[in-house]
Amino acid sequence: MSGFSKKEVLALVPQQRPYRFIDEIHELNEDGIVASYTFKDDEFFYPAHFPGNPVTPGAVLLEAMAQAGVVAYGIYLCSLQMPREEIEKYTTVFTEANVEFTGIVKPGDKIIVKASKEYFRRMKMKAKAEVSLTDGKVVCSGTIAGMGIKTK
Amino acid sequence: MTKEEVLKKVVDILKKYSKSELAPEQITMETTILDDLKVNSARLVDIVLDFEDAFDIQVDDADADKVRTVGDGVELILSKVG
Repeated sequence: MSGFSKKEVLALVPQQRPYRFIDEIHELNEDGIVASYTFKDDEFFYPAHFPGNPVTPGAVLLEAMAQAGVVAYGIYLCSLQMPREEIEKYTTVFTEANVEFTGIVKPGDKIIVKASKEYFRRMKMKAKAEVSLTDGKVVCSGTIAGMGIKTK
Repeated sequence: MTKEEVLKKVVDILKKYSKSELAPEQITMETTILDDLKVNSARLVDIVLDFEDAFDIQVDDADADKVRTVGDGVELILSKVG
């Protein structure tokens, strides 16, 4: 089976604003994904995190990592082995992560999420992932995993 | 490899994922992986991959799906290592 295009994968990522942290997929193949997201000035969490000093929460960076490295990438890997009707019956859930944060992401910053496959079996995938700014500074890295659960 | 040797290695692998307070010597062939050892079901894939690495075997998905107890895992491994 030939896999979905980048556009098809993006359209199937279920998360939407204000909790969608993937704008574009730049590279996508069996071994990995490169995606990006630009944090808008008016993201819902900035007024609270922190008042007068907006900083992107680590939990949101982890979510961005998962939306690209587990959800989008997982949809693509599924598309190599099953038909679209079957893929649409599954929802991806986050199962585990082991990450470190090493930098700060401010409103307006663009992040690049890179992930590569550790394994993909029985609808579970685990990936090594890294989030960096456009100047190459790594802000978050580690391993993340998720699993497709049949919900339809 | 004897059943006891396989069991010991299997218990070492399972302890990495277990959230139960059971001591290794309390784990028997009848101990269930999800209920008794309190392993998250999403970790079963990782456990099977660890079995494959530790014993240099290949486990297909249908066989992996049948593993419920520690003994199921031990018997599966013994059937593969010969």
